[in-house]
Amino acid sequence: MSHHEAVHAPVGGRLMTRPFMLLLAIAAVGAVVAGYRFINGIGSVSNLSNGYPWGIWIAIDVVVGTAIGCGGYAVGLLVYILNKGKYHPLVRPAVLTSLLGYGLAVIAVVIDLGRFWGLWKVPIYVWRWSHSPQLEVALCVAAYAMVLVIELSPALFEKLRSGAASGTRRFAEGALRLLEKNFFWILALGLLLPTMHQSSLGTMMLLPGPKVHPLWFTPWLPLLFVVNCIIMGFAVVTLEATFSAVAFGRPRETRMLAALLQVAAWVALGWAAFRVIVVALSGKLGYLASGFGVAFLAEVGLLVVAGVMLLSEERRSQPVWQVRAAILLLLGGIVHRVNTYLVAFRPGSHFSYFPAVPELLITFGIIAAEVAIYIAVVKTLPILQGPSPAKTAA
Amino acid sequence: MALDRRSFIKTVAVGGVAAAGTALPAAASERPVAPEGAMGMLYDATLCIGCKTCVVACKEANDLKPDPGPWGDERLYDAPLDLDGNTKNIIKLYREGDTYSYMKQQCMHCVDPACAAACMLHSLQKDPVTGVVGYDPQYCVGCRYCQMSCPFNVTKFEFSKAIPLIVKCELCRHRVKDAAVRGADGFTRYPKGQGQACCEVCPRGAVISGRRDELLAEAKRRIAAAPGKYFEERVYGENDGGGTQVLYLSRVPFEDLGLPKLGTEGVPRTAYAVQEGIYYKIPFAAPIGMFAVLAAVIYRNKRAERVQGAEGEAKR
Repeated sequence: MSHHEAVHAPVGGRLMTRPFMLLLAIAAVGAVVAGYRFINGIGSVSNLSNGYPWGIWIAIDVVVGTAIGCGGYAVGLLVYILNKGKYHPLVRPAVLTSLLGYGLAVIAVVIDLGRFWGLWKVPIYVWRWSHSPQLEVALCVAAYAMVLVIELSPALFEKLRSGAASGTRRFAEGALRLLEKNFFWILALGLLLPTMHQSSLGTMMLLPGPKVHPLWFTPWLPLLFVVNCIIMGFAVVTLEATFSAVAFGRPRETRMLAALLQVAAWVALGWAAFRVIVVALSGKLGYLASGFGVAFLAEVGLLVVAGVMLLSEERRSQPVWQVRAAILLLLGGIVHRVNTYLVAFRPGSHFSYFPAVPELLITFGIIAAEVAIYIAVVKTLPILQGPSPAKTAA
Repeated sequence: MALDRRSFIKTVAVGGVAAAGTALPAAASERPVAPEGAMGMLYDATLCIGCKTCVVACKEANDLKPDPGPWGDERLYDAPLDLDGNTKNIIKLYREGDTYSYMKQQCMHCVDPACAAACMLHSLQKDPVTGVVGYDPQYCVGCRYCQMSCPFNVTKFEFSKAIPLIVKCELCRHRVKDAAVRGADGFTRYPKGQGQACCEVCPRGAVISGRRDELLAEAKRRIAAAPGKYFEERVYGENDGGGTQVLYLSRVPFEDLGLPKLGTEGVPRTAYAVQEGIYYKIPFAAPIGMFAVLAAVIYRNKRAERVQGAEGEAKR
């Protein structure tokens, strides 16, 4: 990675801007509500019930949150497996987003777990491990969060290396060399683990099968989920690169994003076609004539519209269309996940669920914290491509 | 480059085959059967008069707090509307026109329990001898995946507590001190005071306890003795959802009583077929193989890049 480091530079600038402080305030409110939850129980702040034991903390914060954190995975597949080195400048900010997405998903899990203090037993008590898909998700997410920290650590060491003290400098250089040598298998883990737990997130909703609407109950759910997170990953990388360019005056990566979005378009169209074919082949098309049909068409339609939009080369090379398409791709992915975990979940007609205000405040707090930490890190550490017009050829 | 793409395709193929292999054999996976000594209950809805003595007895036997229900006054009411953190057993009434039927709801003690399949550290576990699905809070992290997975909506959680537990009928297994014996009525039961409290107090014998096979035979005897009386002339739980250890007889359709149509396959079978197919059929072959391929491809790509970089520098 060392010969790419020159392209990364901290954004710098004042940290405590007004939007940043607003983000901190939203995060603080979330933290206070979370504190209340730990004292008075989950029921005191949420509309979760014995019919809907999982709500937005799982469906949004964890299931969607980790998918938004799949930018590092999606771009990593392109750069390291398909050997498309040209996308390399996108990797580091994507990995940062991934780390934040996963880190905060872990925090959401701790808030959601009724007996969170026993969580340490899950990785330790190997002899009690079951074959639950959720165990697989738990272990892989924890491991992946650690892998992401390692993948991102060169940014910190590069910062330390440029520091004054010679001892720190030597340590940072040694660490960078060690990472350079071991990067191939760390990267391989960084691609394997999301494949495993993102697919298992799909498998997880097979267990409540009888309560899941037939349009979403398919043994192909793990494959749908893992491809879905790659699509969302491409969308997030696009949005984040554009946002950084506008907010921090970085060089635009329009051409690179156009190429990236072309890949994303084909993956999205493939996903949508596969989704429809599986439903058709299992004879479930009749279910489309219901409210659930609308939800189904939303998750397929958003991806199809975005995909078709991006097939035109003229459009996909314009930043405004890139952003539009990326938002649609992201929404399509989110809708599929929320559909699978909440909309399609039907515990019985006498149960209903809509998130309570404090429940929403916790989710908003987590999202705000995610954005705030992203801003703080890119301003202080070498994450984004430097302002110099130097393009890395590959 | 071409080689790399081929490797990538290989990688995808490994994953794809693993996923595809899982989609097909759902029916082929072996079917769990109830343990020989499986204890259970038989509830005959046609006998129940809705006195709810069993609800009270259950609370007593399991040390459960009164539930004020919609009234909110815990000092005066014990009026739960449904199973919840204070209620492991409940009587409901189905009514439509002139037809009505009581319904007793508690854990079904599935032969192939989805809640136990969901549980990460076997906090919910099926006893290999009695078949009781028991709960051990020591290993429970309160994730509520068991609740998500239960097709009968039986597993409950204490949402109002800072230190919550999962709450469900455990067939009064905590009361058992002696071995079960076969009584004069032909049913295997625990001595008085040690068996299922609800069955012990039922004044109509609407719910009785015993071994699953004995109860199943008894249920079939009742069906044969009164042709046309029971819905579909069958016992709910014999095969439904892979079979349950609590069995039901009813005059009205089972679905009206809240017993879902499940098919004969165990509820966790599809999820297991996928999960086992990917990870356990050949233990961890898919993830390890994929890791090896990924690492090899990345290593080669990196090396090629380094060589190219060196060449570029030499040219300069």
